[in-house]
Amino acid sequence: MPNLEHPAYPAATLLRLESLVPCRESQVSMLLSIFGERQQFTFPSIFIYGHTSSGKTYVMQTLLNTLQLPHVFVNCVEYFTSRLLLEEILIQLQNCSFETKHASHVLCDTFNDFVRMFKQAVTSQDLQDQTLYIVLDRAEQLREMEANILPAFLRLQELTDRNVTVVLLSEIVWELFRPSTGCFEPFTLYFPDYSIGHLQKILSHNHPPEYSADFYAAYINILLGVFYMVCRDLKELQHLAALNFSKYCEPVVRGEANERDTRKLWKNIEPHLKKAMQTVYLREISSSQWERLQRDDGEPGQLKGLSAHAHVELPYYSKFLLIAAYLASYNPVRTDKRFFLKHHGKIKKTNFMKKHEKTSNHLLGPKPFPLDRLLAILYSIVDNRVAPTANIFSQITSLVTLQLLSLVGHNDQLDGPRYKCTVSLDFIRAIARFFSLLHLKEGQSIGP
Amino acid sequence: MLSFLFKVKISAMSKRKSKESSSANGECISQVQRILRERFCHHHATGKPFGIEHQYRHLLELLKRTTVHGESNSALIIGPRGSGKTMLLNHVLKELMEIKQIRENLLEVHLNGLLQTNDKVALKEITRQLHLENVVGDKVFGSFAENLAFLLEALRKGDRTSSCPVLFILDEFDLFVHHKNQTLLYNLFDISQSAQTPVTVIGLTCRQDILELLEKRVKSRFSHRQIYLMNSFDFKQYIKIFKEQLSLPAEFLDESFAQKWNNNVQMLALSNVTVHHPLITASDLHEASKQYRMDSKANIVHGLSVLEICLIIAMKHLNDVYEGEPFNFQMVYNEFQKFMQRKAHCMYNFEKPVVMKAFEHLLQLELVKPIERPSVRAQREYLLMKLLLDNNQIMDALQAYPNCPTDVKQWATSSLSWL
Repeated sequence: MPNLEHPAYPAATLLRLESLVPCRESQVSMLLSIFGERQQFTFPSIFIYGHTSSGKTYVMQTLLNTLQLPHVFVNCVEYFTSRLLLEEILIQLQNCSFETKHASHVLCDTFNDFVRMFKQAVTSQDLQDQTLYIVLDRAEQLREMEANILPAFLRLQELTDRNVTVVLLSEIVWELFRPSTGCFEPFTLYFPDYSIGHLQKILSHNHPPEYSADFYAAYINILLGVFYMVCRDLKELQHLAALNFSKYCEPVVRGEANERDTRKLWKNIEPHLKKAMQTVYLREISSSQWERLQRDDGEPGQLKGLSAHAHVELPYYSKFLLIAAYLASYNPVRTDKRFFLKHHGKIKKTNFMKKHEKTSNHLLGPKPFPLDRLLAILYSIVDNRVAPTANIFSQITSLVTLQLLSLVGHNDQLDGPRYKCTVSLDFIRAIARFFSLLHLKEGQSIGP
Repeated sequence: MLSFLFKVKISAMSKRKSKESSSANGECISQVQRILRERFCHHHATGKPFGIEHQYRHLLELLKRTTVHGESNSALIIGPRGSGKTMLLNHVLKELMEIKQIRENLLEVHLNGLLQTNDKVALKEITRQLHLENVVGDKVFGSFAENLAFLLEALRKGDRTSSCPVLFILDEFDLFVHHKNQTLLYNLFDISQSAQTPVTVIGLTCRQDILELLEKRVKSRFSHRQIYLMNSFDFKQYIKIFKEQLSLPAEFLDESFAQKWNNNVQMLALSNVTVHHPLITASDLHEASKQYRMDSKANIVHGLSVLEICLIIAMKHLNDVYEGEPFNFQMVYNEFQKFMQRKAHCMYNFEKPVVMKAFEHLLQLELVKPIERPSVRAQREYLLMKLLLDNNQIMDALQAYPNCPTDVKQWATSSLSWL
């Protein structure tokens, strides 16, 4: 493993830095060599990209704080307009210096004012001989601001004629940032994703002191075995590891197994992890709910995730209306006659239909249908006679408000409103279970 | 091209420092670093122009005529990004400032299209740079033209009968063209044609079609004087530039070190011919240039999880079958399920919400982009998208992907006869 060495910084600091950034030594040494000594000029702008949770923000912050380089750190999602962003940079600059005792409010509307105030701020401080770093995290938000912000930041060294470097951190590649007429190209640096070995090393790093490192490493191994195929995000894995460790230790705590009984421990934890993938990983339930569940040792069936709440109790006719809407959305019009009339003939397949048969309606999403068709299907699926009263129509409107149906087109369309069904097949199946009689008809129409 | 040169050199140079620190004095190395970094990173101020002597003389003549003889003029310097427009202008200005008469008389106003995003701001900036804020005070002007005329009058009312020449430099000239009515440009070119004050307007832009963007009345007031900087160096000139840029100046402190360094640079320049073959002498440069040429999207694909890779392969197959038509999540999931049922032995059959989360991660990384804005009316699964990777990129990335399960790889390379 390469040791970080640089003549400008004391070896002790570098050693401490190295211990804080495991598996990222080569990136840190690259950054150190680019930064050079404190007062030397460096690239006017640096663009660092890499996957989610590949350590970009953490490494930058650790590096700048440990070496005590003067810097300003701003998250572009937090300061999402240009004005907020520029004002925040100026406020942090004031805090950088030791001369200003209190932070006065700055008013900065445009980049022009920013450049002027920046020049003043830097000259009035003891920053003159050191490189100032402005780090913009989640830099992809800069593209949403005014068009001059991104190119101007890339050229900040030239525009202000000061020793300043702008560092952009993002998940998105540089090609998607570049403005159409071009700009000053920054130095791009890639933070490679962590390999499975790296993930193991980093996750095993913070093991609780009561248990041995090997025990925790075995646990991490199991966790990675379940989750690695799905997710390689370090933060998510750390979260899952922290949540599930107590369950893993249960057999040891209860005395049923000792630390080396891997098979027993695996059998205990495996269904739990699979359940976690469907709930906590998807944020269906919160982590506190999950912990409560583990403690109470409740049945997983009691788990009410967020999507379970989507199921609403509907009045009698609304259920029929929703089923009719689903049928209207997903069955093509020509099949209506066949499914819903008592005496129907065969439908001849034309050439057009043969060619487009492959794309099933279920893949393309719901189609809009007029109100009349909905009512026609409704009358055919409900056994007793249904009168078209205001009751029925108001139920249609409430379904739209619940966003189970959606209105397509304008409110003031003269031909009559058109709707679309926005619920999934599982939802409809759940409703239809109440009507065993209709279940037969469901099987016919929803078929292919 | 010059910026590529400078990037490659700085990264190679930063690495070389650590290798040589044992054999040479540490102080020496830091000096070398400082000089070269100043030269490369700060190069808009101190770089030396090469191959543009003709344009240099042209511009120098032009500016001399304004400053010494009192002629008004306008010119555009056009060249692609990194071709040295700002550098050229700064050099000409530096040479002009050596003449005492000009140094005491010439007023410069530097405007930049990135900073002055509309004409009001530009006017305030002009006022500020001419140090006329006190003179203007709180006056309210009827139009832009009045304001500008007032400013120029104010310059004259100094202590001289004839006014100082004013030089307006407009960087990122193509951005000023998008202001409302092109007022600033119209007025500047107008006074460069008519006023008594000798005024020169120099615009710098990277767009070669800049004249088509100007309004008719603005274009007619422009003198149509264009200076082009199309650097087309052949390889020999490239090596010469390389040698010059990396060599240390004559007044370097440690002479013996400077000699050694310059000899090394000469050798490197000669072996530069072979920089495309991995030779040990040029390995630093080679490594740096390799890093510069990385395919960034392939890097991102390298870091995806296996589930996400499967989704990308499913999208690739959809693109092949439907010839690039946009798809939605439901179709991708369908494709993925077909793979799971028929071929996959190593992958656990994931639930739909888990697959959805992986898909949304791909959206977040902008490898997949929706065609229209997501709305409340449409469900997420049916939103139409396009894949922003092409087949070659996907196949190359798969080759480099670590521990790729074999059936996933086979699925990627299979044709769709089994559909």
